[in-house]
Amino acid sequence: MPRAKPKSVRPSLAKTPTGIQGLDEVTGGGLPKGRVSLVCGNAGCGKSLLAMQFLVDGAVRYGEPGVCLNFEETEAKLTANVASLGFDLRELSKRRKLSIDYVLVDRNQISETGEYNLDGLFIRLAHAVKTIKAKRVVLDSVQALLAGVADSAILRSELQRLFRWLEDHKLTAIVTAEAGIHTLTRFGLEEYIADCVIALDHRVTEQISTRRLRIVKYRGTFHGTDEYPFLIDEEGISVVPITSLALAHKALTNRVSTGIPTLDEMMEGKGYFRGSSVLVTGTAGTGKSSMAANFTNAACARGELCLYFTFEESPSQILRNMRSVGLGLERWVKNRLLHFNAMRPTSTGLEGHLAAIHKLIAKLQPSIVVIDPITNLVSSTGTYDVKSMLVRLVDFLKVKQITSMFTNLTFAGDPQERTAAAVSSLMDTWIVLRDSKPNGRPRRELYVLKSRGMAHSREARELIVSKNGLELGIVLKDHTLGSTVEVPGAVAAAK
Amino acid sequence: MKKSSAKKRQSGTSRSNFYILRLYIAGQTPNSVTAIANLKKLCEDKLQGKYRIEVVDLLEKPQLAKGDQIIAIPTLVRRLPPPVKKIIGNLSRTESVIVGLDLQPVR
Repeated sequence: MPRAKPKSVRPSLAKTPTGIQGLDEVTGGGLPKGRVSLVCGNAGCGKSLLAMQFLVDGAVRYGEPGVCLNFEETEAKLTANVASLGFDLRELSKRRKLSIDYVLVDRNQISETGEYNLDGLFIRLAHAVKTIKAKRVVLDSVQALLAGVADSAILRSELQRLFRWLEDHKLTAIVTAEAGIHTLTRFGLEEYIADCVIALDHRVTEQISTRRLRIVKYRGTFHGTDEYPFLIDEEGISVVPITSLALAHKALTNRVSTGIPTLDEMMEGKGYFRGSSVLVTGTAGTGKSSMAANFTNAACARGELCLYFTFEESPSQILRNMRSVGLGLERWVKNRLLHFNAMRPTSTGLEGHLAAIHKLIAKLQPSIVVIDPITNLVSSTGTYDVKSMLVRLVDFLKVKQITSMFTNLTFAGDPQERTAAAVSSLMDTWIVLRDSKPNGRPRRELYVLKSRGMAHSREARELIVSKNGLELGIVLKDHTLGSTVEVPGAVAAAK
Repeated sequence: MKKSSAKKRQSGTSRSNFYILRLYIAGQTPNSVTAIANLKKLCEDKLQGKYRIEVVDLLEKPQLAKGDQIIAIPTLVRRLPPPVKKIIGNLSRTESVIVGLDLQPVR
């Protein structure tokens, strides 16, 4: 990289925040201020919504009135469409924070009887901007305008004039356009827009719909070229701002209890490191969810906020099951220290899950997060790499100093690390649970396979699950765990 | 209004009609000036007094652009007799004007 001026001296491009969660992060502050940005994508990708949210947030949150020249929907239809997202366009119009102008471009060939220009459009725009003293403008979508003006030479020159006009008047604008097959947009609009181009993509792969956003061009800003997953829900658009994988998060030294006193003892008497990631693996019925529940219970008892993502059992199932092992989690739910979020793994793609998790964490700011289990996420289909999703998630959690626990189902007979291979290297602590039947008597075994940064016990103990809760029993000399577990690079545990 | 205009449309071709034509301009630009001149000449030639020309300057009255959905300048709108017809350009191509406005010359 060429030698650059120190960060403090470099002039920065002024930016206008969009108010869209995650988007301002990935763009380093928002859209270029006083310039025209292009948002393009295929039908149904969410570009109109993004543009509308930009205007509404601008008006509501940043005190910047906005004008929308809408070439596709009437004011009434648009208002109805976005009402479900909590955008009250009528109210905003009344308060002169928003002006929506439906521009009907006649699709039937209007007779062209000689020279003309698009001054009518300019005048309408100028009038609207002046009336409410707008700072933001949206042209949605330019496709309809392009289709209606037959003379392409006039169209080109007028579009350029329009974008120059917007910049001259220091308006931050979004223009939406449809994606082309070979070009970014059908008309090649990206050639006209110099400063910022964002592409949205919405595709359905193996019955799962995926939404991604990509910053194609952002002059003057070093931007990530990745595709960021985003989701659209009842609050609008939120983008998952994939954190930079700089591994720069701070390692904390304080500890949190595992919720099981004897397990705490195995971990220097203190438990997990705060902000660390814990993996609990085991075959079916070995007590993984109970481990998670105990951990959560202890945290709530300390007054900490816990977020429990469940992908297999409903919250009420979990509450019932935990009652049978002596854990009453209902009271934490009632006083809002414990939040459950239940979703079927196949309900959306990995990106959708990632986005939903990010969003909820950003909203609730928990200190503990449980994901139970990640098994189905790991095996669900999708083009987004599982490991990379988990890397981003774990990184995100560490940056926020959230202590996280992930449970994973392994299959009897499989070497432990095969199913958890994608995941274990991300985890600071790995606890393995196993059923065994030495001498015919069934029992559960627990083993702390690894726990970075501490002198954890290398002994296997019996895990006793009763209606009084979870307890660790005697040290097992004849355990079956250590020998079959091959941790890459590690020495096999001594028997 | 709708019923009577439907009737008018059917029999309109044979009856002599009174044309109300509204020309939208944006200041006295060369195109607009040309359009006004062309329009006056055309009406004198073909409509023999049975017309009224309204010129709307959107620079003075920008709020009027919305009603007739004006984007291009100049735009000529035939307001009466119905149906409403719209053409754009400085009206140099006379044939296009006649066809576009569906002008029935008054004889």
